Amino acid sequence: MSDEQRTPVTLGGLSEDDPHLQPASAHPKRAEAIIAVTMFLGLVLCAAFGACYWVNAAPWTLGATLGGGLSFLGIGMAAWGKYLMPRGPFVEQRHPLAASQDEREAFVGSIVQRGGSLMKRRKLLGGLLGGGLGIFSVVAIFPLLRSLGPLPKGTLFHTDWRKDSYVVDQGGRRVSVGDLAVGSIMTVFPEGTEDTDRGQAVDQTVLIRVSNESFTTQKGRESWAPMGYVAYSKLCTHLGCPVGLYEQQLQLLVCPCHQSMFDVTNGAIPNFGPAPRPLPQLPLYIDAAGFLRSQDGYNQPVGPGFWERA
Amino acid sequence: MSDVVVTRRSQRKALGQFGQVGKVIDDLDDRLGIAKGGRSFLDKIYPDHWSFLLGEIALYSFVVLLATGVFLTFYYTPSQALVTYHGSFLPLDGQKMTEAYFSSVNLSFAVRGGLLMRQMHHWACDIFVGAIVVHMARIFFTGAFRKPRELNWIIGLTLLILAIVNGFLGYSLPDDLVSGTGIRIAYSIILSIPLVGSYLAFWIFGGNFPGNGVFERFYIAHVLLVPGIMIALVSVHMFLMFRQKHTQFDGGGRTEDNVVGKPFFPVFMAKTTGYLLIIAGVIALLAAFAQVNPIWQFGPYEAARISYAVQPDWYMGFLDGALRIWPSWSFHSFGHTIPLEVTIPAVVLPGLIFNLAFAWPAIERRFTHDDEFHNLLDRPSNRPKRTAIGVALLTFLFALFVASSTDVLANFFHVSLNTVLIAMRVIVLVTPVIAYVVTYVICKEMQAVRGAGRRKTANIVSRSHEGEYTATPSPVYPDDRHDKLEPIPVPDFISAPEPDVVESGVRTVER
Repeated sequence: MSDEQRTPVTLGGLSEDDPHLQPASAHPKRAEAIIAVTMFLGLVLCAAFGACYWVNAAPWTLGATLGGGLSFLGIGMAAWGKYLMPRGPFVEQRHPLAASQDEREAFVGSIVQRGGSLMKRRKLLGGLLGGGLGIFSVVAIFPLLRSLGPLPKGTLFHTDWRKDSYVVDQGGRRVSVGDLAVGSIMTVFPEGTEDTDRGQAVDQTVLIRVSNESFTTQKGRESWAPMGYVAYSKLCTHLGCPVGLYEQQLQLLVCPCHQSMFDVTNGAIPNFGPAPRPLPQLPLYIDAAGFLRSQDGYNQPVGPGFWERA
Repeated sequence: MSDVVVTRRSQRKALGQFGQVGKVIDDLDDRLGIAKGGRSFLDKIYPDHWSFLLGEIALYSFVVLLATGVFLTFYYTPSQALVTYHGSFLPLDGQKMTEAYFSSVNLSFAVRGGLLMRQMHHWACDIFVGAIVVHMARIFFTGAFRKPRELNWIIGLTLLILAIVNGFLGYSLPDDLVSGTGIRIAYSIILSIPLVGSYLAFWIFGGNFPGNGVFERFYIAHVLLVPGIMIALVSVHMFLMFRQKHTQFDGGGRTEDNVVGKPFFPVFMAKTTGYLLIIAGVIALLAAFAQVNPIWQFGPYEAARISYAVQPDWYMGFLDGALRIWPSWSFHSFGHTIPLEVTIPAVVLPGLIFNLAFAWPAIERRFTHDDEFHNLLDRPSNRPKRTAIGVALLTFLFALFVASSTDVLANFFHVSLNTVLIAMRVIVLVTPVIAYVVTYVICKEMQAVRGAGRRKTANIVSRSHEGEYTATPSPVYPDDRHDKLEPIPVPDFISAPEPDVVESGVRTVER
């Protein structure tokens, strides 16, 4: 190909036999044949897609026919553009986007002088309009404060665990002293909340039975784990995922989200991972009928940290 | 009595040289004045380079997203109301679930073509975000964001953020166990913002987790609010590109003042429509053969349940990785808590990265004092510091992405989680530095190699009748015969390309 043919020309005013307007392919006939076969395949597959859809064939056949059909048509079309359309190259001049200096000054003048004199002459109106819109922009935030949601107030600080709450499982059955084998765990809720969103999301607590019957997780919590039943909030203190994995040998609770590990034997203090605080422990007792109940609610907010938390 | 006989031929003659099409255009131009602009639109020259295709991938996967998304809206119910499943997927039979999850499973199994559409939608999203990132990398490394295109850089970056946000919203809608955990994490991240966190979280979710009417809100944001903004921004993005014309690499007669390539009609139109079909086709093939997000395997979301070894969609990976490896430093004082273990990796870090990207055109201009118009692209090797910074940032993000699978890595390599965690902390900090140095050195080396980045020309070896061999270099490609990059008077931040020094021992080929 000569240099002349590769020199870009402008699109307009070319004679029909100009080399720039010839197909890019050296063998247009052959290219056309290949493209025709490709497009025919695409056409057939698109029809096959219709047939598959009509008879409700398996999803993968729908995808295969649709994907194949569109791809072959697309490949044919792109090849048509690349090999059979004018080879160019063509050139187009860029024109500066900026206006002339005069025009620009006239525009700025319109804004500054006309607008400026307007505001100078009618200061009161301008002030009122600005003030009104200013008030409106403040008022427009009210929906945030009044309708989008309740204000947090104390909700983040408390759970539904109260003094003497019965410990129930996911199905609402009260947990009694023989229900849990040593070394196993279950997810429990305060009675009455196991079916509620809040119970599921906030009150969820993991109950573990350890082998040591006089189990003390930390100083001052001597009576919290009767007969080896120990209960911690199931909300990870990192991001609130349920701490759902229990490593029985090492007595670790593991959060599957970001791998924080909490030492069950030592007040659920995190000994690995990004969680900053121990899981709050729920003080338990066993009542005369043998049911597990809470001595009191959690003594601190459960779950991830937030600004208002002390 | 009229003696005018209306024949086909006379009708055609009355229509003029261009027949029916001409008549329609005449009528339209009379009323709308479309001929002048329309002609320049059809004649507009589009430069050709493989890397210019990346933005088109993003655009067309967005088109696929809109099309498949409309299909999904017909069958999805955004509701937290509880129902019991009695559908065609037996393992879930009798399970209580929200209508959101119920309708998502149902549209996968009971709606004809539903599973394909859902899979295509998910794949298109993953490809969309990926294409935006790669497209932005191309823009960054070739300096296409420079004057006059700073605004389009900012719009594109905004689109990336919106795409990530909308991807997360859409990922959340099926209310399966995995996505529900994702929402829980998002809630806690919002909660971690100092001062206003709890208020923001309550406003967005309508209360304490799991909130009220979350799916209604997420749904309308996902299908109307965010896509509406995105369509508007994409339109502006395209309009600005059209008005400012494309950038191009130098060579082959391309200068700062022209555009060399092929016209929109018919060449570019044929190619780009072909690309649209190919991209839609490939997405459909992926949807057919590569399962993505099988929500029926995860089960419905229950706040007290959780799955194991799950990762978010890939574009959220860097955040998840940062959350995993950041140490557990929490701030408690003055009766307040700042959960730094969350705020820094999940709020401050992405904020810094995106703001750095937004400000990059301004930052670079501050160092280069370069206020010229640029329509010719840089070769990345000619801008070693910019290239090295870009590679370092991408390396940093990729290392964070890898860190989002610490548990999987620990299982795979049979090492303790602790080892993986510490290793990832080191890798995240060290690899960007190495990447910077290595990239910088490679760029410098490439500058010193004559003809790097140019096509090689053949040597024509011929044998004479006497049997003597001679080698003569073939003619140079006209495309490759061009001047060096225009030298810009800049301080040392961007070093000008080094002159071609022929050192001893370096073989140079005359071209």
